[in-house]
Amino acid sequence: MIRYTVGRLVSLCLSLIVASMVIFTVVEVVPGDPAAYMLGVNARPDTVAALRAELGLDVPKIERYLDWTAGMLQGDFGRSYTYRTPVSQMILDRMVVSLPLALLALALTVIIAFPAGIYAASRRGKLGDAGVMGATQLGVAVPNFWFAMILVLVFAVHLRWVSAGGFPGWGNGIWPGIKALILPAVALALPQAAILARVMRSSLLDMLGEDFIRTARAKGLSRRQALWRHAIRNALIPVLTIIGLQFSFLLAGGIVIEQIFYLPGLGRLIFQAISARDLIVVESVVMLLVGLVIIVNFAVDLAYALVDPRLRIRA
Amino acid sequence: MKRLTTLMLAGSTALFAGAAYAQHTHVNVAMQLEPPNLDPTAGAAQAIDSVVYSNIYEGLTRFMSDGSVVPGLAESWDISEDGLTYTFHLRDGVTFHDGTTMDAEDVKFTLDRARAEDSTNAQKALFANIAEVTVIDPLTVQITLSAPTGALLFNLAWGDAVIVAPESIGDAATHPIGTGAFVFEDWVQGDHINIARNPNYWGTPAVLDSATFRFISDPTAAFAALMAEDVDVFVGYPAPENIPQFEADPRFQVLVGNTEGETILAMNNAREPFDNPLVRQAVAHAIDRQAVIDGAMYGLGTPIGTHFAPHNPDYVDLTGLSNYDPERSRALLAEAGLPDGFTTTLNLPPPSYARRGGEIIAAQLRAVGIQTEINNQEWAQWLETTFRGRDFGLTIVSHTEPMDINIYANPEYYFQYNNPDFQALMTTLNETTDPARRTELLQQAQTIIAEDYVNAYLFELAVPTIARAGIEGLWLNQPTAAIDLTAVSWP
Repeated sequence: MIRYTVGRLVSLCLSLIVASMVIFTVVEVVPGDPAAYMLGVNARPDTVAALRAELGLDVPKIERYLDWTAGMLQGDFGRSYTYRTPVSQMILDRMVVSLPLALLALALTVIIAFPAGIYAASRRGKLGDAGVMGATQLGVAVPNFWFAMILVLVFAVHLRWVSAGGFPGWGNGIWPGIKALILPAVALALPQAAILARVMRSSLLDMLGEDFIRTARAKGLSRRQALWRHAIRNALIPVLTIIGLQFSFLLAGGIVIEQIFYLPGLGRLIFQAISARDLIVVESVVMLLVGLVIIVNFAVDLAYALVDPRLRIRA
Repeated sequence: MKRLTTLMLAGSTALFAGAAYAQHTHVNVAMQLEPPNLDPTAGAAQAIDSVVYSNIYEGLTRFMSDGSVVPGLAESWDISEDGLTYTFHLRDGVTFHDGTTMDAEDVKFTLDRARAEDSTNAQKALFANIAEVTVIDPLTVQITLSAPTGALLFNLAWGDAVIVAPESIGDAATHPIGTGAFVFEDWVQGDHINIARNPNYWGTPAVLDSATFRFISDPTAAFAALMAEDVDVFVGYPAPENIPQFEADPRFQVLVGNTEGETILAMNNAREPFDNPLVRQAVAHAIDRQAVIDGAMYGLGTPIGTHFAPHNPDYVDLTGLSNYDPERSRALLAEAGLPDGFTTTLNLPPPSYARRGGEIIAAQLRAVGIQTEINNQEWAQWLETTFRGRDFGLTIVSHTEPMDINIYANPEYYFQYNNPDFQALMTTLNETTDPARRTELLQQAQTIIAEDYVNAYLFELAVPTIARAGIEGLWLNQPTAAIDLTAVSWP
C-alpha cells in the first residue's frame, strides 16, 4: 500500500509540472495583450507601454513562468492584471461559490443515480428497468444549459420560488446561499446522474453474471440479498472512476451554468479573465482546476485500493 | 373567522406596504459587463464609467443625458482672449467621501497625473494640449494650453478626467473615493457593487438610499432576471428581440436612447484594393443599411452616412452619398478594374452588431461580387491583430467615444486614412473656439470623409434600457457611458 501510494504521488507531481508548462505556453501564445485590452482604442502607444511596465508584462516570458511557479509553491498566485487584486484572494472568493455548488450537485447526482441504477439492475428487462433507462437516455441527451433555462423560467419567472440568479453570499446565513445554488445544482446534476445511473446499472449487471454471485445464490441467498451483499461493493470501482471525473467536471464545467445564473464562481472568473486576457488569472485558475483533477484522480486511485484489495498487493 | 381574515388581510397589506416602501429607496441595476476595476482614470472599459460616472466621481464639467456639457465641480470659468488660459472657479464646500476637502490642489494633481510621462490614462490625448496647471488659491485653478483647444470643456467632462485625490487614488481600482452623490459601499467581484447615498453631498442629494449594480451577460439570464423582478433596471439590454414583450407588459417601460457609437464597416485604406476610392465607394453602395439595422439590431439604430452622431446639432445627413445601389456598386467595381469582384477578409469582434451585422453585410457584398472570409475574433485578439496589427481587409466596429471624428486625422489609425487636407482641417478646428465657425468646420469634416468613402458608415448604435414602470430620472441617451442614478426615483 505504501509503495502504491508513493508511486501515485510521484506521478501526481510530474503531472502537475507538465501541466503548468503546457498551461503557461498555451495561454501566452494566444494573441491579445492585457494592457491594450484595458486601454481600448483611443490609447496612445506610450500609454500602453507604461501600463505594460506597471503590470510587469515587459519581463521575459521564462522569467514570468519561473516567478509564477515559484509563487504558486508558496501559495501566491500573483496579482490580477485587470482587477489589481491578489489572484489567490479572487480564487478563494470564487471557491466559496463553486465548491459548494459542485458538492451539492455531486450529492444530488449520487442520491439520484445510486437508487435508480440499483433499481434498474434489480429489475433487469422489466418495465421498471425500461422506465429508468428511458429517463436516463433523456437525461443524457438534454443539454444542461437548456435545462437550466427551463428551470429558471418555471421556478424563478413563473412560480417565483427562487431568484433567477445571483448569489447573496454566506454572510446572511446558510439557507439563502443554498437556495441560490439549488437550481444550478439541479441543472448540473441531472445529466450527470443519468450517466452515473447507467454506469451503476451496467456495472451491477456485469457483477450479477459473475461466478461468485452464482456461488452466493447457491449457498441460499436470494437474488436481492446477493445483489446487496456482494454485487454492489464490487460494482463500485467503475462507479468511483466516473464520480471522480464528474466531480472535476462539476467544478470546472460550471462555466456555462454560472453564466446563466450569473453566479460569481470560478467558471465566471475564468470566462471574464480569458476575454480580458488576464493571463495570470487564467493560468492560475486553470492550474488550480488541473491540480484538483489530478488530486481527485489520486484520491480515486487510493479509493480503488481500499475497495479492491488486489490492487494493494499488485502494486 | 371573518375577523381573523380581516386581520390577516390587514397584516398582509402592512407587509406588502413594507416591502413596497423598502423597494422605493433602493434600485437594482443590471448591466452586461462587470467593470474590471473602478478607476475611470486608468482604463477604457465602459463598464467602469457606467458605475462610477456622476454617481461616485465628478469632473470639472459634466455631461447631461442630452449630450450637453454643464458645470460640475467647477462652478464657472473664464477664458482668456487668446483661448490659451482657462481659469476655473471651484465650488466651495465640496468634500471627498473620506472627508478630505476637494480643492485646487486635487485638480492639479488629477490633471498632472493624467498627462504625466508614465500615465496610464486611456484617453491621454484629451490632455495633450495642457501645458501647465496652476493653483491660484484653494478654489481657483488655472489651466494654460500650448495651443487653443476648442473642445477643452468637453474633454474635461469625460469619465477619464474626473477629479481624484492623491490620498485615495492608490486604492481606486477596488475602493473608489470621489465627490459624487453616492458613496461606494462594497464590491463582491463577479456578483455586485453596492453604493449608498452620500449624506454630505454638496449639491442636490440623491433620492435613492442605495443601489446595487449586477452583471448579467447572458441574454436569456437577462430576460429571466427582469421577468422575475430580481433587477429593476437593465441598461444596455442584450436581447432586443424580447423588447416587444417588455413593451406589452405593464410592469415595465422601455427606453430606447442613442449613443455616441458610430458603427462602421471599416476598410483598410492602405491595402489593395481598398486604396482605390472607387472600390470603397462600391462597398458603400453595396450595403442596405436599413436591412442591417432590421436584421442585426431588430430595428434599433439610425442609418448614418458619415462618422458623426445624428443627434448632434452639427450633424449633416450624408446618407444619400452612400445609398443602397448594387447596380452602381457593380459598375464602380468594373470601373476600378475589378469587374469580377475580389476576395477579402472580414474580421468581426464579439458584439452582436458585428457578428449578426457581419453575416448580413457579407451576403450583401457577395451580391455585387465581393467575397469575404469571416473571422470571428475576441476583443483582445481584435485589438492585437486588426486594430494594432492592421491585418484586415474589412472589419465592423462601433466607435463609442463622443466626437471622435478626429481619428480620421491620424494616418496611423487602423483604417489608415491619410488626407493632409483633413488633417489641416482638424488642426484648425482644434484652434477654433467660436461656436459658429466650429459648426462650419465640423460639417466640412463630415463631408470630406463621406465623399472619400473612407469607411462604409452603417448606423448609430442605440441603447435599450428596460426599467420597472414608474422609475423616473434615468438617462435616455448615453452621451458617455454612464448609469447616472443621482436623479432616479420610484413613484
